[in-house]
Amino acid sequence: MSQDLPRADELGLIGCHVCGLVCRDTGAEGAHCPRCHSALHRRKQASYSRTLALLLAAFMLYIPANVLPIMRTASVGDIDDNTILSGVIELWVKGSPDLAVIVFTASIVVPMLKFLALGLLLWSSRHATPWARRQRAKLYRLVELIGYWSMLDVFVVALLTALVRFGVLSLVEPLPGVVFFGLTVILTMFASMSFDPRLIWDGRESDD
Amino acid sequence: MADSQPLLICEHCDTVYRRRELCCGEVARCLRCDAILERHHRLGVGAMFALVVTAMLVFVQANVWPIVTLGLSGQMISTTLWGAIVMMWREHSQIVSMLAAATLFFFPLGKMLLLGWVLFFAQQGRRAPGFRLAMVALYRLGPWTMSEVFVLGALVAIVKARVYFEVILNPGIFAYAALTLLITVFASIDLRRLWELVPERSA
Repeated sequence: MSQDLPRADELGLIGCHVCGLVCRDTGAEGAHCPRCHSALHRRKQASYSRTLALLLAAFMLYIPANVLPIMRTASVGDIDDNTILSGVIELWVKGSPDLAVIVFTASIVVPMLKFLALGLLLWSSRHATPWARRQRAKLYRLVELIGYWSMLDVFVVALLTALVRFGVLSLVEPLPGVVFFGLTVILTMFASMSFDPRLIWDGRESDD
Repeated sequence: MADSQPLLICEHCDTVYRRRELCCGEVARCLRCDAILERHHRLGVGAMFALVVTAMLVFVQANVWPIVTLGLSGQMISTTLWGAIVMMWREHSQIVSMLAAATLFFFPLGKMLLLGWVLFFAQQGRRAPGFRLAMVALYRLGPWTMSEVFVLGALVAIVKARVYFEVILNPGIFAYAALTLLITVFASIDLRRLWELVPERSA
């Protein structure tokens, strides 16, 4: 059904990625949008390699982010270091299970989903497969929508660090894991921004 | 000129459509990839401007007042957003501190100021000085404002702290909750239509 819908490059058009203006594709290098003066591209530049590089970098930081503790709670000589996962478990046991589910989703499910989803999108668009194009397009939009919620745990640590300042009685300190985790989230956000969903629809046009 | 053509390109899959005026409540979706192409907008420029001003007032409240106070054996400690940012800096997590300052303070503030600037002039049917740069900057700021995540974070921190401390909610947390509601309204506004709402010549 969607095969007879014309695409911009078939009609010699470019939609400005910044302001959305429909421009004529002159084929010239370094063309600019007449309305917002941003550079015009048919596709995001070097989308595949940039996304892959950012995703790999994010994944390398994701390992220390999960292994290293993100927060230390010290109260009267008793020191307790928490990783992301042990923080979720503690919240489940002592706080409220429903909130634990939210934190688990934001801190563990969402980053994992981003790695898997972007990896899948990269792999499938490289092979220009017509497989499940609509679903892949939706998957990309989901990743874009939920990506930044992973910063949740970082903000929790920041707030608790500022609040729990009771000297020897009780003290919360951030540990390196939280820095790695924050950087992982930022890098995955950059990775999903540099992926071009138009690539999903490029290449072999067959039944979908 | 290309921009006189009533065309619309799906930014998710590059499909070209002929543009049509939408009626109240209508949403145009891409036939190829099902992304939203355009929505009908109920809010006029005046209403959007009022929303931005409201959001700014609430944002000031959210940052001036403490968010939450913890109590332990008679000792009380409270914090604001900036208290948390400064404390993370001192505790050797400067990167986290900068991330929080950018995504929770500078970017949201910048977004509101730019939007307020553009809409203030648009209300009078004029194009704001620096309109083009402001619009490009608004596009770039895109997903980098995270106040709503911070609200959920505050909620989680409160629940975690409640086990060991006395917790008192301060006005800051309520202002943040209100700000989140306003942000949700904003999220449905397509800023791109401002390019068409204000005529180019009157710059």
